[in-house]
Amino acid sequence: MKNLIRKIKFIDKTFQYLAMAATFFVLIVLCVLIWNIFSNGLLRINGSFFTNLPSRHAERAGIMTALAGMGSLLVITIVIALPIGVLSGVYLEEYGKKNKFASFIEINIANLAGVPSVIYGILGLQLFVRMAKMGNSLLAGALTLSLLIMPIIIVATREAIKAVPDSLREASYGMGATKWQTTSRITIPSALGGILTGIILAVSRAIGETAPLLVIGALVYVPFVPEGPNDQFTTLPIQIFNWTTRPQEAFIINAAAGIVVLLLITFLLNGIAIYIRNKWYKKMRY
Amino acid sequence: MRYKEKLIEFLMMACSFISVLTTLAIIIILAVDSFQFFEEVSIKEFLTSKQWTPLFSEKHFGILPLLMGTLLTTTIAIAVAVPLGLTIAIYLNEYASPRFTAYVKPILETLAAIPTVVYGFFALQFVTPLLQQFIPGLGGFNALSPGLVMGIMIIPYITSLSEDALRAVPSSLREASYGMGATKFQTAFRVMVPAASSGIIVSIILAISRALGETMIVAIAAGQEPKFTFNPKESVETITTYIVQVSMGDVPQDSLEYRTIFAAGMTLFLFTFLLNNISFWMRKRFTIRYQ
Repeated sequence: MKNLIRKIKFIDKTFQYLAMAATFFVLIVLCVLIWNIFSNGLLRINGSFFTNLPSRHAERAGIMTALAGMGSLLVITIVIALPIGVLSGVYLEEYGKKNKFASFIEINIANLAGVPSVIYGILGLQLFVRMAKMGNSLLAGALTLSLLIMPIIIVATREAIKAVPDSLREASYGMGATKWQTTSRITIPSALGGILTGIILAVSRAIGETAPLLVIGALVYVPFVPEGPNDQFTTLPIQIFNWTTRPQEAFIINAAAGIVVLLLITFLLNGIAIYIRNKWYKKMRY
Repeated sequence: MRYKEKLIEFLMMACSFISVLTTLAIIIILAVDSFQFFEEVSIKEFLTSKQWTPLFSEKHFGILPLLMGTLLTTTIAIAVAVPLGLTIAIYLNEYASPRFTAYVKPILETLAAIPTVVYGFFALQFVTPLLQQFIPGLGGFNALSPGLVMGIMIIPYITSLSEDALRAVPSSLREASYGMGATKFQTAFRVMVPAASSGIIVSIILAISRALGETMIVAIAAGQEPKFTFNPKESVETITTYIVQVSMGDVPQDSLEYRTIFAAGMTLFLFTFLLNNISFWMRKRFTIRYQ
């Protein structure tokens, strides 16, 4: 009996240490990844890295067109995806709660969120690039990314709206407000923190997307800054992908430097999202 | 006033209808060109041929090599992510202090926020050279390195969802187990994990679906050679890599070569669609269990 207890306790302790080791292992991998990239790329970053055009000579190549393309792409994507995504989320949570249409849409959105991004690329290629004859333009890329991040915005909006207490709505109805007045002046403003968090996370996701843009034909070499939605474009992840696949060491260092910039943008956005979420949660405790 | 209310409601409904249209568009677009593809290539060849060479002069259209590449990298990723992810979820929920969990969970979740092209770079430039020191005969492009890195990437998916599932188990169950004199290990594996099993299975299914559709890591580090092999030391091509490879090349539109990406995309879509629906159904069915 004593042996058995000792054995059981031994297993318990062993697992505890193994599990702790597993947790730290993953954290260490994350540190190694960041250290590896920063130690390779940080010294390459200087002023001209941000202002130079892409080039065949690694030391003269920069990320200006990639950054400009990424910025324009994101602005158009947000303009398209934000109103549609937020309105859908509000509708599903506030209006169409119990009918069959809403539950059908719910399955549908869960499915869309799980569709691989490369499939969205095929969709964009056929629907926007070819059928709508947009070519491999900024607009086609932004529409593709909009469809990709829409499920994320919808789900985040629904969660945020769900967290608004009913007492607020009832007070508004009690004052004689209509449903839309209540929704637009009470519910949505109270849920704004949660909605904003979801949107920032969706944007952060859109920034890192590479595969769907490659599929719709975004170019890897664009020596000009796009000026309108019909221009061709490249983005930072695509530029990084291009540099990563070159054999020359100097381009690998460029890729690492590009990744440093990309990671800083991603971490900044995620940090802002977490900050807003925490602030909003504190405010939401009525 | 009435009129405006109705108009807004209609507008919002139209917005949510876009998501339905998106799904329909994906299915129709994949189906139409796949259908045209299968007019020229027999389904038997597609499903049984062990060669995939649509871009060569001697053409074969067997999806099996691409499927093998996809399943191989996914299997490696899952073999890393499930044991590690689950162990971490159990550790954070049963052993670690709430303070530790509050710090570690957001850090783990940043793993999911890192763009996949970054993981691709890491796999090709760091993990592959590292592995080559221990494994003789490991190619510069191989299935092992991107598989391992993909496993690290999907750990937060498993940890987060499993930890939520474990936390949703009422603590009365845990206390009953402690009351019987069970250790934490026994409580975790005989009480908590079985009680949270549906949530844990959902997290694993979603992680598999994520790994199947992952593109950039394998496109960068696994190579572009469709091979009918299950040897992780060799380079392989996944379905996703093939789609990217063709769309980056200059294949003429409306050609058979062009349509191959739709047939390949359809195959991938069917797999992930099936997995997503199973997980959705399981989540719906089991969330009410402990209320």
